[in-house]
Amino acid sequence: MAVVLEAKALNKTFGAVTAANNINVGIDQDSVVGLIGSNGAGKTTFINMVTGYLKPTSGTIRYLDRDITGMSPRQITRLGICRSFQIPQLFGNLSVYENLQVGVGIAARSTRAMAGARGQEREEIETLIERFNLGGYRTHSAALLPEGTRKLLDIAMAVAGRPQLLLLDEPTSGVSAEEKFRLMDMVMTALKLQGVTVLFVEHDMEIVSRYTHRILAFYEGRIIADGAPEQVLREAEVRRYVIGEHTPAHGGADSGATSHG
Amino acid sequence: MLVGTLVVLLVAGPLLPRWAMFMLNVSLSWGTVVLGMMLLMRTGLVSFGQGLYYCLGAYAAGTLHHFYGIADILLMLLASLVLAGAGAFVLGFLLAKYRDIFFAMLSLAFSMILFGLLVKTSALGSTDGFGLSAKTLAGIPLGDWERNALYCTTVVVAFCAAFGIHRYLSSHQGRLAGAIRDNELRVEYMGASVRRVIHVNYVISAALSVVGGGLVGITIGHVDPEMAFWTTSGEFVFIAILAGTGSVLAPFLGATIFETVRSFAYEYSPNTWQLILGVTMLLVIMFLPGGLWSVFTRKRAA
Repeated sequence: MAVVLEAKALNKTFGAVTAANNINVGIDQDSVVGLIGSNGAGKTTFINMVTGYLKPTSGTIRYLDRDITGMSPRQITRLGICRSFQIPQLFGNLSVYENLQVGVGIAARSTRAMAGARGQEREEIETLIERFNLGGYRTHSAALLPEGTRKLLDIAMAVAGRPQLLLLDEPTSGVSAEEKFRLMDMVMTALKLQGVTVLFVEHDMEIVSRYTHRILAFYEGRIIADGAPEQVLREAEVRRYVIGEHTPAHGGADSGATSHG
Repeated sequence: MLVGTLVVLLVAGPLLPRWAMFMLNVSLSWGTVVLGMMLLMRTGLVSFGQGLYYCLGAYAAGTLHHFYGIADILLMLLASLVLAGAGAFVLGFLLAKYRDIFFAMLSLAFSMILFGLLVKTSALGSTDGFGLSAKTLAGIPLGDWERNALYCTTVVVAFCAAFGIHRYLSSHQGRLAGAIRDNELRVEYMGASVRRVIHVNYVISAALSVVGGGLVGITIGHVDPEMAFWTTSGEFVFIAILAGTGSVLAPFLGATIFETVRSFAYEYSPNTWQLILGVTMLLVIMFLPGGLWSVFTRKRAA
């Protein structure tokens, strides 16, 4: 399977704090990869470096065999990497339809397609509204939407950019326990139809194990485990540092059973 | 609605008394300036220095007449556009980097620099400025029709400006104004350049201000440095808030009401006319926070 994104010897420091420590990873096309780790483990730093919000201190990031290290978020988006945010970044005074209209419009301009093709633009917006079940909120102001709908709109706006690689930062944070599976089902179905490679940060292990093909576990800026969900979630280091399980002092995990490190 | 307003203004204008036609002419010219401000306000920026381009427009038209003897309305407006458009393009690179109070104060600073330069330039009449007049329109001598021709030109220019901005705001680029006002970060993460959009909107806004300034200069027949003074820019901000940013027609409505209130207040209460304007603004802010235009949008929403 072709590698879409590749990070090599990626480091990021903020003064004395190391937020990314020698990250080496490749992301396969059409895969769904979950990024897990406790707060401050380096997941969002990794996403921020890939999307150009932060410049790595050293190392390289390649996307479809092109070096994107240090590029601006705008340039990276134009290449086909889009993202959603932990706190939805919407245009609060605009309606749901207008929010999507802005996204679809920018994507059309970037790709030089759809010039003047209003009909095609409407069709694209309607498809997004349908896939993300936003029909009931079409004319509602984005600032007044319920949290789950705000998350959906935030992701729909990222998808409006016609991404090949989509990065979702905690798509279910702030969403009620009853709603989160419904939200993820909807998002994953929509993304599958779009044919997008997905990388998402998540704290909920049920969500991660249910929706991903692969997990990258972060701890203190390093990737401490990388593999299939059932394998990674069994690793002692992951159970200790990510899930927060406390094993007895004479137990396997505490006796130094660290398969990665 | 735009076309209907154009027809009414073109037909009814020449039937009005001279003073009313003059007032309407100035109001429409000011409305054109405020239309540019409205575009900036929709992008989340308030300019306290629109007087810079307003004054440049008037001086460019005046200079053409004063120094080169050219008295054609279209040529004068064209000269204003070229001169100030080039200036706005250059300044835009700097101003597009700033937001909020910094943008407002920097724009104000540039207009005050122009004011200072004009006051010290005796060749341009120093504090007194100089006179100008228009004799032809696209090469056609106007004779006694000067006022009517100038009025019709102003109406057509205001219509074209309003129609152009209306079309622009419904284009992909125009829609980004509201998006930038709400969330610049997201706009960048969707692949558009915020700075580029602000730069383009700034140049458009300056172009509208120079045209408005040129028209006012020709209508009044005089230009002076006060046109670049901060109080003039303040009046444009006043009109923009009074009118609201809900429609491209709002600036013209706001400018007409402002000019009417000012003229009558000045006529009947010369010592307290600012007080009357202040109370008008207070009432609008208290009861119509979205500006006068929100009366129409509220009705529609109801």
